[in-house]
This record gives sequence, C-alpha cells and structure tokens, in this order.
Amino acid sequence: MSQAKVPTWVNIALIPVLNIMLAFLVSGLVILAIGENPIEAAGYLIYGAFGYDEGIGYTLYYATNLIFTGLAVSVAFKGGLFNIGGEGQAYIGGLGVGLICLSLDHTMPFYVIAPLAVIGAAVFGAAWGYIPAYLQARRGSHIVITTIMFNFIASSLMVYLIVNWLKEDGRMAPNSRTFGENAWLPYLHELLSPLGIDIGDSPLNLAFIWALLCCVFVWGLIWHTRWGYQLRTLGTNPTAARYAGIDTAKVTIWAMLISGGLAGFVGLNEIMGVNHNLLLNFTAGYGFAGIAVALMGRNHPIGIILAAILFGALYQGGAELAFEIPTITPEIVVVIQGLVILFSGALEHMFKDRIEGFFIRRAVA
Amino acid sequence: MPYAIELRDISKRFGAVQANKDICLQVPAGTIHGIIGENGAGKSTLMSIIYGFYEADTGHIEVDGKRVDIRSSQDAINAGIGMVHQHFMLVENFSVLENVILGAEGGAVLKNGIGAARVELQRLAHEYSLDIDVDAIVEELPVGLQQRVEILKALYRGARILILDEPTGVLTPQEADHLFRILKALKDQGVTVLLITHKLREIMASTDNVSVMRQGEMVAHRETANTSKEDLAELMVGKKVRLTVDKDDAQPSEVLLSAQNLSQFDGQGVKRLKNVSLELRAGEILGIAGVSGNGQSELLNVLSGITPMDEGEIHFAGQVITAKAPKDAAQMRDLKMAHVPEDRHKMGLVTGFEAYEAAVLGYHNSPVYNGKILMNRKAMLDECNERMAAWDVRPPNPHLKTANFSGGNQQKIVIAREVEQNPEVLLIGQPTRGVDIGAIENIHEQIVKLRDSGKAILLVSVELDEIMALSDRIIVMFDGAVVGELDAKDADERTLGLMMANAYNEEQEGEESAEVSA
Repeated sequence: MSQAKVPTWVNIALIPVLNIMLAFLVSGLVILAIGENPIEAAGYLIYGAFGYDEGIGYTLYYATNLIFTGLAVSVAFKGGLFNIGGEGQAYIGGLGVGLICLSLDHTMPFYVIAPLAVIGAAVFGAAWGYIPAYLQARRGSHIVITTIMFNFIASSLMVYLIVNWLKEDGRMAPNSRTFGENAWLPYLHELLSPLGIDIGDSPLNLAFIWALLCCVFVWGLIWHTRWGYQLRTLGTNPTAARYAGIDTAKVTIWAMLISGGLAGFVGLNEIMGVNHNLLLNFTAGYGFAGIAVALMGRNHPIGIILAAILFGALYQGGAELAFEIPTITPEIVVVIQGLVILFSGALEHMFKDRIEGFFIRRAVA
Repeated sequence: MPYAIELRDISKRFGAVQANKDICLQVPAGTIHGIIGENGAGKSTLMSIIYGFYEADTGHIEVDGKRVDIRSSQDAINAGIGMVHQHFMLVENFSVLENVILGAEGGAVLKNGIGAARVELQRLAHEYSLDIDVDAIVEELPVGLQQRVEILKALYRGARILILDEPTGVLTPQEADHLFRILKALKDQGVTVLLITHKLREIMASTDNVSVMRQGEMVAHRETANTSKEDLAELMVGKKVRLTVDKDDAQPSEVLLSAQNLSQFDGQGVKRLKNVSLELRAGEILGIAGVSGNGQSELLNVLSGITPMDEGEIHFAGQVITAKAPKDAAQMRDLKMAHVPEDRHKMGLVTGFEAYEAAVLGYHNSPVYNGKILMNRKAMLDECNERMAAWDVRPPNPHLKTANFSGGNQQKIVIAREVEQNPEVLLIGQPTRGVDIGAIENIHEQIVKLRDSGKAILLVSVELDEIMALSDRIIVMFDGAVVGELDAKDADERTLGLMMANAYNEEQEGEESAEVSA
C-alpha cells in the first residue's frame, strides 16, 4: 500500500510561491506601518530589479554570487553536510583569485590568467572547506560548528594579509593595488555590444556564464556520476552507505572540497569581475544567503538559479526602492530580505503539511 | 449486550490503493480478538483508523454501542482505546513512572502527578498482575518488560480496549507466552484485546475469535476453537500454502568461510561479539537462531566487512582477514560475498532512491553500470526491468521510489540484487521480516535454490519457524556468544527456545528465570 502522492508542482512551485507571497504580504504591512504605500514600493522594487536593462544586469550580477554559494551549500547538503562556511570559503577563494591576478597581471595575457584564477578560486575555497571536512570525517568535530568558526578565522586572516602584506604602498585604504586590465573578467555588455546587443551598463560579467556552467556541472555530478551516487547515498542513508562499502570519510571530504571550491568562485565575480583589486568584506553575506538560496531552490541547480535571481532582484530592487522612497531605509530593505528568508527557509513547513494534506484528501476523494 | 467495539463499513483509499474496503468487525467485550492478514492486507491502516491516525473515508466506529468520532489519538484514548505499537513509543532514559505519565502529567508541577500515578500504577499492577519496578529506567529493562510499560501506559489512560500490533516480534517464545498470560488476565478483568499478528500459532494459542483480512477486505470471521492454522493460512492468501520448505538433504562440501574467535566491541567498549567461531560449507544453509539483539547483527556486520572486528580472524576466498588486515564491505563484495541485511530500510536500501538506483547499491562501481565518466543509466534501467520481471516485483516500475514498494517487494529488490551477482557466500538477515506469505515462499525457494547450486548461506532470523524450515545446521547465539549448535533434524521449538534464553543446560532453573524476566 503506497502513500498517496502530492503532485510534484505543488512541492516545487506552489509552496515556494505561497511562502514568498506571504513574505511580501508581511513586508507590505511593515511598509504600511512606516507610512508608505506598499503597492508603490513593490512597483519600485520590481521596476528596479527587472524594469530596465541595467537593473536586470545588476540583478543577475548579484545572482551570480548567490548561484555559486547556493550550489556550494547544496553539494554539501546532498551528502548530509550543513556547510555554513560558504562565507569564509568565498572570502579565501577571492584571496586565491587576487594572488593569481596580482602576481601575473604584468606578465601574462588574459587567457592564461583566467583559467589560473578559476583554479586559484577553487583550490583556495576548497582548502578552506577541507579543514572542517577533515575534522568531521576523521576526528568527529561537527561541521556546522567548525565551518562557522572558520568564517571568523577567514575574516581575521584576510584583514591581516591585506593590511600587512597586500595593501598598496603609501595608501590608507585596506585593499591591494588595482589589477592590470588583462586580469579583468570582461563585462557582458562589453562582450555583447560588438554583436549589436545592448544590455545596459552593469557589473554583470563572464562569471555569470561560469556560474551557469557550474550549475550544469553540479547537476551532472550529483545525478549522473558514481561519485554523486555515493554522495546521495551518504546524504540520505549513511548506514546504507557503509553497507555499500562507500568510504564515507572520503566522500565527506570530497563533498566539502567541491562545496568550498564552488563558494570560492564568488571571488571570480567580485575580485576579478568587478572590484579588480583584493579588498575587505567583498563577500558581503553571500555565503549565508546561499543557504537560503539552496533551501529555497530545493538543492537543485534549476531551483538555485531561480532562487538566486529572486534574491538578486531583492538586492537590486531593494537598493532602487531605498533610493526612490527615502523613508524606506536600506535597513528596511534588509528586513524585507530577511522576511523572504524567514518564510521560504525557516518557516518552509508552515503551510507544507496543510497544503499537502489538502491535495492528498483531494486525491482520495 | 453491545459490542466493545464495532466497525461499520469502514473504507479508506490512498490514491489508487483501496487500503480498506467496507470493513465490518464486531468484537464482544472481554474477549481476545485476533486480526491476521498478509502485509499490505490493510491491518495497520485499519488500526490506524481506530486509533485516530487516519480518518476513514466512509463508515463509522461504535464503542459500547455508541457511535464515536475518532479524529486523533486523543479521541481514541478518550473513547477508552489504547494501543501498544510494534516499535515501542517509550523515552528510553526515563523511568517507567515518567513514561507512563508522559502526556498525562496532570499539571505543570510534576510532583503531584507522579504521586497520583504511583498509587494508580500499584492498583493497576495488582489488578492485572503486571508487576514492574516503576522507578526502573526503561532502557535497562528487558524487552518484555518494556512492552509491559506500554500496556500499563494504555491502561493508565483508562483503556478498556487494547490494540497490540505484532507484539511478539521482539520477544523470546517464553516472553511471548508470558505476554499471552497477561492478555488473559486483562481479559478476565473485562478488557477487550485486539491482537494484530501474522503468526498463526499465536492466534491459535491465545484468541477467542479471529478475523482474516486480505487485500483490504475482511474475508472471514472465525471462532478460534472451530478453525485451524491451515484454514486461516488459506484464507489469508486465498490459496493453499505450504508452511514448510521442500528441500532435499544438504550436500555440504568444502569450507568456504571460516571464522575463528571473532570478537567485537561497541563504541562504549562493551563486547558485543564474544569469541564466535563457525564454519560455513558450500551447499549448506547455516541458521543463526537467537532473540534479536544477541550479537547476530554484529556477526553479520563483521563478516560482511561493515564493521571491523577487534579480535579473531576470518578465512575467506583464500584471504585471511584480521583486525590488522581488515577488508571493508566493498572488498568483501569483490571477493564474492553478498549480504542481504537484516534491516532493509536502514541498511539495504536508500528509500529516497528510485528502484533502479537502489538496485545497484554496493555494486555501483561495477563497470556494468558505468561509462567513462557518467553512470550508464540505460544499463541500470534495463537490468532493473529484467530483474523485476524475473523476481515478480510489483509494480514493475524501475522509477518508483523504493519507499513506495511494499515490504515484500522491497525485499525482492534487495535479494535479487545480491543473489544475481552470483556470490559464493550469501549472508542473509531476516529474509522475510515484514514480507507476506506468498513472497515468503518465493524467497525461501530462492534461498534453497542458491544452496543447491553449491553456494554457502548464512541465515540469521528471529523466526524460529523459518530457521527450522530452511537451515541444515543451526547455531544459537545468546549475549554475543554461540551457546549451542545442532543439526536441523534434531531441532524443535522448545529446545531452541531454551537455548535462546541460555537455559538449555539448567532447564529447571531456566524456566523459572524465564518467567521472572518475561
């Protein structure tokens, strides 16, 4: 006797959409409470995120970071690991990118620097994921705790390195010198304008395409390779994994290496794509937002792309909103983002049982 | 006189599956009423409806002649219905008393509730002869006593109708006998007992009336005195079944696997496996009998390479495996040892996987299922389709999640996976746990067939019937050690039962202690 089935679209579409609607409803009440018109605010937000080419560019630029960190969280999660350390891994990944660019931009052309920077981001991010992974796999320290702590260590380490070693001589600002242009990732608007396509002037760059490729990579890796099979076995049933002779420690470590590497790619977008120098705090919470993105995207690359675009739109549209209605401060925008995370992530199950129950009853009747 | 509980035309449908269809049942007060049926016959659904986990689509329930509306287990408790689940719902590190009052604490301050409960429990214990130390910690009690706590819990909440779901699965035969004496005492005090089981012997031994379910329907009601095992078995499956396995005498030849002085310690340093030695020959089935939890699982895990041994050695396929030179589960598989684990949900399957994925678990590295980089989905699907046809797995859909197959079909997926790899040695734990009678016959035949083709089989089962029907040689385990070995021809239930309680040699004292501990 099998359990009654809930239609797939309910789980992957209806429930997330309902959660977001509720988040916006509550956000509307907040905006009403500070004396502004929520409809008008929503209009600015949506216009800011999707209304014109440049806005779309910004939305996708933010989404790029969130795709990387969302994928990072989901790969670890498929193996039953909760990687809270995306922030630190992204930060250290950026260090890898920065070091490659700083050491090669005077001597090497772009097509040599770019692949090395990709490797640098991956290796540095992975290395930062490796230590907690090793500690969990071989020593039994819980990965949630260690990855959180490693975020702080990464933060301090970067301050130390930038202030003491990498800072431009004779300057007060805590960042490195600007890279030569041969170490910049090209902007998409620059790439597309020779083809007669105008997408507006935004920081959207080649890293976005790399993020989409990473989605394909993760999809193939998790669902179509032996390693992915082992990872999913470990994540859903560790006892069965041991029964199957899967080396769980090894899979755990590799999952975190890949997760950390993916998070490290944030550095490509931020350091090599936009800032063009190594600076402090460029990760700006993307590592944490990636957890919400992965949760909302159901740990599937397609879902992660959609969720990343939603969050990217909130960042971009929110900035526009704060600009257009001065009483809605950036802090209120953060509140709205927080509400979306709260309702789609933390309160995910609030409606789930009831809605599923409704469909089960309907299927029965 | 109205019936203690009466079901009228209860129907329940899950999607396309009609789990219960127009079920009518009348249980006179103060009787023990058995309900038997294969797995998937709808017994559990029916009990879940009575206990308020599900709501019936149509029909209603009457208790003492009055119609009741049961929408939650609280409603059921209020109507005087109590349930003892197959897997106990106890907080293991709480005392008996704390467990009994759980959910009925009687106010925010525990002290008053506990005081009242202590008095009430003494009364109950006295009235139903359910003696128990109310301050004992539950996890320190033997399984039989834990079950008694469950019964007390139900009675404490005022149950006059007690439902027991497969209550003897975890008990020794002696403990089971004791349970039935308790049920008799409850009955004498006017409590109505509903006993769900698939064991015909228990139905015959303890019930007044019995109802048979088949494919969601109630197919027969019988007075136990006027029926027989064979009659009931036939009603359950709808055809004549054999309760014994047809097999020729074993032709054991060379030793394929031998273990010497295997010992294993758990994480707390407790010795779970104590100097176990055994030899397994080609062409024989070696049965390991024992009450569950006496080292059988540890033995299977050590032999199959899942957990490393701490002492001793295994000789297998020309290799000597020791604590210093271990082999993991993947390596043991490469040496042609297959393993059907005792618990298919926890170990043998990944229930979230589609059937074709679960069907390669453990063999997922085989070149058959892999291309250069990606897994060969088509090869996996083709093979899964073939096996589903050959092993009559229903529904034959390789894309269905393994969780959505019935127990018997899940087990077929696991056994097919292991047997089709053509192993030299098959370790098989609880091959027919939670499997319906039709499939049991099929699985038993396959095991015998494998033996006849010259393979060695190590069978672990808590079902004595199964051990006796299949094995050529029987080893009994108690507390992690081998306490007896006998030829299957010399084995009978009583001997094995006593050995399982480690009381064979001191039979007299053995029976007394079994009564005290049961």
